[in-house]
Amino acid sequence: MAELKLMKGNEALAEAAIRAGVDAYFGYPITPQTEIIEYLMMEQPEKRTGMVVLQAESEVAAINMVYGAAGTGKRVFTSSSSPGISLKQEGISYMAGAEIPAVVVNVVRGGPGLGTIQPSQADYFQSVKGGGHGDYKLYVLAPASVQEMADFVEDAFDIAFKYMAPVLILSDGLIGQMMEKVYLKEQKPRWTDEEIYKMHNDWATFGRKNGRERNIITSLDLKSEKMEKRVHRLYKKYAQMEEEDLRYETIQCEDAEYIIVAYGSSARIAQKTVDLARAKGIKVGLLRPITLFPFPKKQLMELTKQVKGILSVELNTGQMVEDVRLAVEHKVPVEHFGRTGGIIHTPEEILEALQQKLIKG
Amino acid sequence: MDIKDIIKPENLVYKNTELMTDNTLSYCPGCGHGTAHNVLMGVIEEMGIVEDTIGVAPVGCSVLAYEFMDIDMQQAAHGRAPAVATAIARTWPDKYVFTYQGDGDLAAIGTAETIHACNRGENIVIIFVNNGIYGMTGGQMAPTTLPNMPSSTSPYGRDTATTGFPLKITELVANLPGVYSASRHAVHTHKHVRKAKKAIEKAFKDTRLKKGLSIIEIVSNCNSGWKMQPRQSNTWMEENMFPYYELGDIKVNGKLVNKQ
Ligand SMILES: Cc1ncc(C[n+]2csc(CCOP(=O)(O)OP(=O)(O)O)c2C)c(N)n1
Ligand code: SF4
Ligand SMILES: [Mg+2]
Repeated sequence: MAELKLMKGNEALAEAAIRAGVDAYFGYPITPQTEIIEYLMMEQPEKRTGMVVLQAESEVAAINMVYGAAGTGKRVFTSSSSPGISLKQEGISYMAGAEIPAVVVNVVRGGPGLGTIQPSQADYFQSVKGGGHGDYKLYVLAPASVQEMADFVEDAFDIAFKYMAPVLILSDGLIGQMMEKVYLKEQKPRWTDEEIYKMHNDWATFGRKNGRERNIITSLDLKSEKMEKRVHRLYKKYAQMEEEDLRYETIQCEDAEYIIVAYGSSARIAQKTVDLARAKGIKVGLLRPITLFPFPKKQLMELTKQVKGILSVELNTGQMVEDVRLAVEHKVPVEHFGRTGGIIHTPEEILEALQQKLIKG
Repeated sequence: MDIKDIIKPENLVYKNTELMTDNTLSYCPGCGHGTAHNVLMGVIEEMGIVEDTIGVAPVGCSVLAYEFMDIDMQQAAHGRAPAVATAIARTWPDKYVFTYQGDGDLAAIGTAETIHACNRGENIVIIFVNNGIYGMTGGQMAPTTLPNMPSSTSPYGRDTATTGFPLKITELVANLPGVYSASRHAVHTHKHVRKAKKAIEKAFKDTRLKKGLSIIEIVSNCNSGWKMQPRQSNTWMEENMFPYYELGDIKVNGKLVNKQ
C-alpha cells in the first residue's frame, strides 16, 4: 500500500528498498548511515518479502557479498559512509570490470581519515573520478531530499541493470539524518527464481541450467587485446549514459545573471540563497546536477551565453568546481564556495560569497 | 597412432570428468592444482548437481579455475571468496556453493572473511589448497610456509622469531561451532585422491542439509615455487609438509577429533 510518512532519509531509503523488491542488503555500521541497517533489521524484510539482510564483518566483506549475490542476477545493495566506502573501492572496481549490476549508497561524512561524523560532500572526486583502481566510472545519483533518498533506490537499480554496472547513490549526513515527508510506493514483488533464470540466463551464475554454456563472472583478461576491448565496452556504456540518462534540475535559471551549481544538501541550502538574492534584486538561478556522472556539461555551456559568473557551492574545499570549469571552458568566471569539516553553509553565507567573488570582484 | 587410438574405450582406465573443459591447464607441469580441480569436478558430476552449483575462484594460481571447471563460476577479489560465497548461498539457499582458495588467499589477506564465514556457519564448502607458498606471484612466503623454508621473500629460510610459525588455519577454524567438518587431504596419489573425493562429496551433502560450513584442506606441492622437480616436490611434501600439516579428520560432524 502506498503511504505518506515522516521519516529520516536513511530510513526512507531502507524502506524504499524493501518496497522495490530488492533481494538483499549487506552492510557494516558507520555513522551517519547506520539507520539503514538498523531499520532493515527491525523491519525483518525476510518476513515481508524474503529479502536477505546480513551484517558483514567489514565493509570489505559487505561489498564482496554484493558482488557475489549480484553476480547471480539478484538485486543487491550495500551502504556505508566515507571511510567505509574507501574500503569498498576494490570491490566496486571489480564490479565495474566484471559488469555486475548493483547499488552502493554513500552517506558522506567529513574527511580525510576518520574526519568527522558531520555532513560533507568531500567524496565528490572519489565518486565521479573512479574511486577505485582502473579505467571505469560510476553512474552517480545525488539525492537532495528524503523523497529522493526513497525514489533513487529503484532508479539506481534500473540504471544498474540497463548498463550492467554498479551505481552509486551519493548522499550526505544531512540528507540521511533529516526528517521529511516521504511518499512511499506500494510493495513490488521480488523477482522469482524462474524470472531470474529467464531474464539473466546469458550472464548470471545461478548454476549451469538446461544445457547452456557456463556463465563466468570475472574482471580478468590476461590477453591485452581482450582487456582493451573490455575497457572500451565500458566506456561505450558511459558515453551512452551521457546521451540517455543525464539528470539535472534548473531553478529560476531563465533570466539568471548568476548561476549557483550545487547538488545534494548544498542545493537545498542554495535554493534559499536564490530567493534571498532575488529579494535584493540580484538575478540568481540554481543548476542542480541530479547525476554527478553524467554531468550537465552542455547545459552549463549553454548558460554561459546569458550569465556573468558561476558559483559552485559544495561542502568541501572545491571539487565539483573543477568539472564546472571544464564544462564552461573559461567562457565565464567560475568560483567555489564551501564550508568543510562538518560545517554547513547558510544561505546568507552563500549569497555573501557570490557577491564577494563574482559581483564586487 | 594418434591419441584417439590410445584412449579407445577398451584402453581407458581413468576418464577425465566431463566437467573439466578442454582448455589447456595454466598450471606448471606436476602441480597439484589440476588434480584438485579434477577431483572436485568429479564429485559434482557424480552427484549430478551441475545445474545447482556455483563455484568461486580466488586470486592465486587458480584464478583461472573457471577456464577449466565447466560450471557457473565467479572470480573473487584476493581473499574475499568466502564473502562472495556467503551471499550466493544466502540468496540461493537451495544451491551448492563452494570456494576454491590458496593458502595466501585464505589464510593471509582473506583471514577475516574465512573466519567469519566459518563462524556464521555458512552453508558453503571451502576447498583450501595449501602449498605453503604464494605460487602465483613467484614463490613468496605465505603464513603457511614451513620454518626455515626458503622463499623469495624469506631467501634465508622462514625465521619464526620474526615471522611467526606456519598457521594451521584449518585447526583454528575447526574450533568454531559454525564449522561442521574439517579435514586435511592430499591429491598426489590415487589413495589420497579417493579419500579427498569422499570428503568433498560428504561436504556438499552436508551443506545441502544445512549443517554449516565444511572445509577441506588439500596439502599440495608447488614445484615451481619450491624450486624442485615435480616428483622431488611430492617427496619433499610427504617428508616436510605432512608431519606439520597432519592429514586426516580434524572435525567430524560438529565434533573435534581428539588426536592424542
Ligand atoms: C589485493 C591484492 N593483493 C595482492 C595481489 C597479488 N597476488 C596475487 S596471487 C597472490 C598470492 C596467492 O597465493 P596463494 O593464495 O597461496 O595461491 P597459489 O598461487 O599458491 O595457489 C598475491 C599476493 C592481488 N592480486 N591482489
Ligand atoms: S606456481 Fe606452483 S602452484 Fe602455481 S601452477 Fe606452478 S606449481 Fe602450481
Ligand atoms: Mg599457495
